[in-house]
Amino acid sequence: MSLLSLTDVHSYYGHIHALKGVSLTVEQGEIVTLIGSNGAGKSTTLRTISGMMRPRQGQIQFAGREISRMEPHAVVLDGLGHVPEGRGIFPKLTVRENLEMGAFTVNDPVAVRERMDYGFELFPRLKERLGQYGGTLSGGEQQMLAIARGLMMNPSLLMLDEPSMGLAPVLVELIFDIVKILNDKGTTILLVEQNALMALSVAHRGYVLQNGEIVVSDTAANLRSNESVQKAYLGMS
Amino acid sequence: MKHFLSAINVRELLRPLGQLLLFSLGSAVVLSAIVLTLALVLDQTTVGQHLHGRYNVSLYTYTLVNLPQVVIDGLTIGFVYAAIALGYTMVYGVLEFINFAHSEIFAVGAFVGVEILIALDNTGILRGASLGMAYAYLIFAIVMGMAAAGALAVTVERIAYRPLRGAPRLVPLISAIGVSFLLQDVIRLVEGLTTGQFNRIMPTFGNFDQRLNLGRFALGEANIALGISVKSIIVITSAVLMLVGLNYLVNATRIGKAIRAVAQDRPTASLMGINVNRIISLTFLVGGLLGGAAGVLYALKFTRIDAFVGFFPGLKAFTAAVLGGIGNLTGALLGGIVLGMLETFAGSYLGVFTMGAAGSEYKDIFAFSILIIVLIFRPQGLMGENVGQKA
Ligand SMILES: Nc1ncnc2c1ncn2[C@@H]1O[C@H](COP(=O)(O)OP(=O)(O)O)[C@@H](O)[C@H]1O
Ligand SMILES: [Mg+2]
Repeated sequence: MSLLSLTDVHSYYGHIHALKGVSLTVEQGEIVTLIGSNGAGKSTTLRTISGMMRPRQGQIQFAGREISRMEPHAVVLDGLGHVPEGRGIFPKLTVRENLEMGAFTVNDPVAVRERMDYGFELFPRLKERLGQYGGTLSGGEQQMLAIARGLMMNPSLLMLDEPSMGLAPVLVELIFDIVKILNDKGTTILLVEQNALMALSVAHRGYVLQNGEIVVSDTAANLRSNESVQKAYLGMS
Repeated sequence: MKHFLSAINVRELLRPLGQLLLFSLGSAVVLSAIVLTLALVLDQTTVGQHLHGRYNVSLYTYTLVNLPQVVIDGLTIGFVYAAIALGYTMVYGVLEFINFAHSEIFAVGAFVGVEILIALDNTGILRGASLGMAYAYLIFAIVMGMAAAGALAVTVERIAYRPLRGAPRLVPLISAIGVSFLLQDVIRLVEGLTTGQFNRIMPTFGNFDQRLNLGRFALGEANIALGISVKSIIVITSAVLMLVGLNYLVNATRIGKAIRAVAQDRPTASLMGINVNRIISLTFLVGGLLGGAAGVLYALKFTRIDAFVGFFPGLKAFTAAVLGGIGNLTGALLGGIVLGMLETFAGSYLGVFTMGAAGSEYKDIFAFSILIIVLIFRPQGLMGENVGQKA
């Protein structure tokens, strides 16, 4: 059984029909990417999965449990991590406090220490910034903090919403390398990206979202060689 | 035990104490300097002669002699304002919403405390009580006032504010004003039905009305008496304990960190596994507890309460919160102390400085004028920022 599966999910912002029957699956151990242009509904999909929005119709199963009617703080407890669009760093909490917030549901102080150390191993820069307010970090540092914070609860599925947005090319490389490392260590990943080229280079499979509907789904390799995908999302003509 | 102690963040216990001391001393020194200077200047004018004609002392001496008492009274009421102001500021910091019903939550705390003491008094046990028991009864009344006010605050949020959370900002504000009137009338109704009285009087018991003389010292021909009533000591001590406790909760505990996270970014806080609604309830609970305690302390200090007892202290405390920078915990302390001092100084000296033309009844105009002036130059309040930030 899939780790995550969405079946015919519909979500609305008031009268705006943002998701029009999205179905997708993520298997244990995979990197799955969700690509699509601005406004396609990628962030809405992640928000609906993590419980920040309630779908008006459809099912969402995570780790064998129906979660579509659950509050986000309860979904987190099941092992679903969501690094939101725009990173969601608490600007007036220090880097350390931001990380501690990520471990809010973790009661074992030893585990908290270990995971924080792991975060510093991935992003040594964070360790130098421990006492600094989150709001004073650069965009790249904030993204590192957001990912490290997302790992503090040791999620079985980590959802990343446009982690490369606004970052310099070197940092984009770094972030995608980290995504691969995390996956090698066993974390399943659902990656939302506008940078389709990079996303498809690390992912196993991908879905293309357009106007709230999945229009193509295939292996990453096939998507990269798919002509319409190349035209629309990979900047090739 | 050692481990337990090492888990306590001593710095976060001492820091607010230092701030309170600084704010108290600072406002006392500044205001004292101002009134003494004014007294010196006015001494040679008709104002000084007028006073000399009546009391046979110079205006300067008169001002100086009254100063210690004015400072103590100012601090007492200032700390009460601060405790109430924290309720406004906590809720504003987390929800950016002004809980106008907070003044009635304060009033309910006052009523519950006073009614409990009246009931105890009617059984006769208050009069015969030993000093220790008198304090136990007072503490019991304060705790019950806190519990009632805290429970009420949580209930009001759940019923009147939470369903409106997605609505435009004006909507919950109107709801709060409605709740405020509703609670006033409920208090009036309940008091009318059960006691048939409009006013309730705090029973006299224990040693709370005694004055402790801290000594006298001569200054020129004047004899300055330093004294403080036991009531004032109780009010100030309880307020300090609560303020330090709240500061510790917000700045040094896991829950406090969650409160700050929710204040800064509610959706992201929920992604951390924080139950946002529970934190919001907790915020109202804490504000209600402080408000309820302040209500009983207020009744202890001023003795008489009625259904509208919340209105002026609530308005003043709200003013204090804005003056300090609404949403900022330290700002609420500063604002409360400054406002309490300002109005007490004005109430005490306005009369003599204006030869009775503008008596103490004008103290509020004076205090609010200062508020307006401060806000013209610092619209964000003296401290600015908000609850999300470590105070
Ligand atoms: N808070 C919101 N209120 C109203 N409409 C929204 C909101 N957020 C997104 N939308 C709309 O929903 C659609 C999908 O948005 P989103 O999921 O953010 O797209 P993407 O992440 O793919 O760029 C867009 O048409 C967008 O305008
Ligand atoms: Mg998006």
